[in-house]
Amino acid sequence: MQKKVSVFRHEHFNAAHRLYNPAWTDEKNDAVFGKCNNPSFHGHNYELVVKVTGVPDAATGYVMDLKMLSDLIHREVHDRFDHKNLNLDTEEFKNINPTAENIAIVIYELLRPHIDADKEMQIRLYETPRNFVEYPA
Amino acid sequence: MVYLTRLEHFNAAHKLYNPNWTPEKNEAMFGKCANENWHGHNYDLFVTIKGQVNEDTGFLFDVKKLSELIKVHVLEKLDHKNLNIDVDFMRGKMCSTENLAKAIWEQLAPHLPEEVKLHCIKLYETARIYVEYFGE
Repeated sequence: MQKKVSVFRHEHFNAAHRLYNPAWTDEKNDAVFGKCNNPSFHGHNYELVVKVTGVPDAATGYVMDLKMLSDLIHREVHDRFDHKNLNLDTEEFKNINPTAENIAIVIYELLRPHIDADKEMQIRLYETPRNFVEYPA
Repeated sequence: MVYLTRLEHFNAAHKLYNPNWTPEKNEAMFGKCANENWHGHNYDLFVTIKGQVNEDTGFLFDVKKLSELIKVHVLEKLDHKNLNIDVDFMRGKMCSTENLAKAIWEQLAPHLPEEVKLHCIKLYETARIYVEYFGE
């Protein structure tokens, strides 16, 4: 039987954002998103955990080279989002509300094409030490 | 003498940018922290007070009152805000962690009773960067 193992890489970035639905009135945005809707933005230190699951390679003993995973996250995630305004500075959130949920989905989609198809992947994203999301659920 | 610390959290957007400098000089000095459209942090704030224990209460100071002072004079002004734009007591100052810690001290010190002294404002900008200010 082939034994599956999960490997994890923990990275971090920080960014400004605002939760706002342009299809709604300011009053409704305030009612739903509260202080997260501040027009001049607020921000977070995001902690990102990328989990890759698969059978370790017979030759290397690796599920995935974690240095390669780290480089991939830096290229695809860090360079796009670190010290940025998610609403204003990124293509990915031009039309998507940058909630932790949506950021996790976007990061998954950015990384997935670069991870071997026979490996499973999951994103855990901490918006604060007390609020975090996982995708896929 | 007893030291008592209250830990609070807030998050905010900011940028490091000196308006008297050119964009190029800001970029050279502050790098990605000068990003025009801001970035942001989860801040952890440690407020330490010092004094003698009251014999009747066993308290240095009622921590609920300390928490309320921090909430009114600091957190409600900073949490989910843009430090450069939204905060009256940071106006005209560079929004570095150093200056923010000093400003938080100035916000709190006048509101403590005579027998309680502010000892330290310790402010984490990230899990790996923090400053301490002792009012000196």
